[in-house]
Amino acid sequence: MESSQADINREIEAAAQQPGGPQPKIDYAPYRSSILRHPKQPAHLIDPEAVELWAPVFGHRDVADDEADLTIQHAGTPLGERIVVTGRVLDGDGRPVADQLVEVWQANAAGRYRHQRDQHPAPHDPNFTGVGRMLTGPDGTYRFQTIKPGPYPWRNHVNAWRPAHIHFSIFGTDFTQRLVTQMYFPGDPLFPLDPIYQSITDPKARELLIAQYDHDVTTPEWSTGYRWDIVLTGTHRTPLESDTEEEAA
Amino acid sequence: MSAVPGQTVGPFFHLGLEYDGMNELVPPGHPRALRLHGHVYDGAGAPVPDAVIEIWQADPQGHIPRQPGSLRRDGWTFTGWGRAATGPDGHYQFTTLEPGATEPGKAPFFAVTVFARGLLDRLFTRAYLPDDPDLLANDTLLESVAPDRRATLIARRVPDGAVFDIRLQGDDETVFLTYPRLRDAWA
Ligand SMILES: [Fe+2]
Repeated sequence: MESSQADINREIEAAAQQPGGPQPKIDYAPYRSSILRHPKQPAHLIDPEAVELWAPVFGHRDVADDEADLTIQHAGTPLGERIVVTGRVLDGDGRPVADQLVEVWQANAAGRYRHQRDQHPAPHDPNFTGVGRMLTGPDGTYRFQTIKPGPYPWRNHVNAWRPAHIHFSIFGTDFTQRLVTQMYFPGDPLFPLDPIYQSITDPKARELLIAQYDHDVTTPEWSTGYRWDIVLTGTHRTPLESDTEEEAA
Repeated sequence: MSAVPGQTVGPFFHLGLEYDGMNELVPPGHPRALRLHGHVYDGAGAPVPDAVIEIWQADPQGHIPRQPGSLRRDGWTFTGWGRAATGPDGHYQFTTLEPGATEPGKAPFFAVTVFARGLLDRLFTRAYLPDDPDLLANDTLLESVAPDRRATLIARRVPDGAVFDIRLQGDDETVFLTYPRLRDAWA
């Protein structure tokens, strides 16, 4: 039998009673697809070695500057609220992650992905693909222009809706810092109802996924602006070692 | 500083993460090309058709590549990094070179990252080459893993390459890894 939102809310509430860390609980039944897809054995702790102490290198041959503008990929202008999203990628010790790859993908303003498996009967936008790539600057800054994605329904339970979000894929300076996550928008009424967002049971930790509206990023007569800083886990290399290698590279 | 939590890659990752040549670290016709492939399975033994596997590796001489170009491959530069999505049958594959030992006496391996719809955070593991039993027997990680689970970290030689299956859950669940600084962030 399909679950109702009320069933899911009860499960979310029950799971919130169990102490959880600042990362999502991978064993989180309110997100139904996780049930058979999470390891049950605890992760095995090791000291990283060899390639695990390094991340792949990306550069300007990988990413063109205009890939950071999701609003100019077609002949016309996409519909929706034009926004800029910017922030810094930092490692767990506050050091900027420079020259590293950031990939983003998202639904259009109506909440529809340009993906064959998205069956939500909301309109496609012929002027919006919803994919961007960029490299961080020397101070870890990334920035892209897009339109604000809409919320969309999914089949987790009856009347399930995802809060509006942008998917992010981020590399650090070590292999161990690899992160794929989702950025949300402030004040979304769907937050308490969404098992993916609520799988992070520590409220302070999940709020780290919410961008802040920033009027200094907003530009006159053009677009509104959001700021979202992305802190990765700590690097296992010493800063000195990584600095010299970065300069040599 | 508090690390930003992960979230699932979701069902529509192909849109943002796929690109031409992503799983071809070397062209398939390369004389030393290795086909590294396998299936991803869930806890019921069913194939996972919407997973993303990334590999990161040393070159055959054991050097850690520091060259860009993984997103726009030039056919000559070995960048050491690639990405593959599983197909409808849960199968993924890479065309790559065999990693060498980064230090004498070290067992060569691929560092592997796993993402999937339904998987709320990424998983790390290693795929070792199976060829040298002495190196494997002395490997720090393999030694620290229960003997009956070690095989989940070792690729199998087959006529067309090496097979590394990933089991997200179940009796022969793959050994997934965590690292000290991740533990700090989770403390
Ligand atoms: Fe999404």
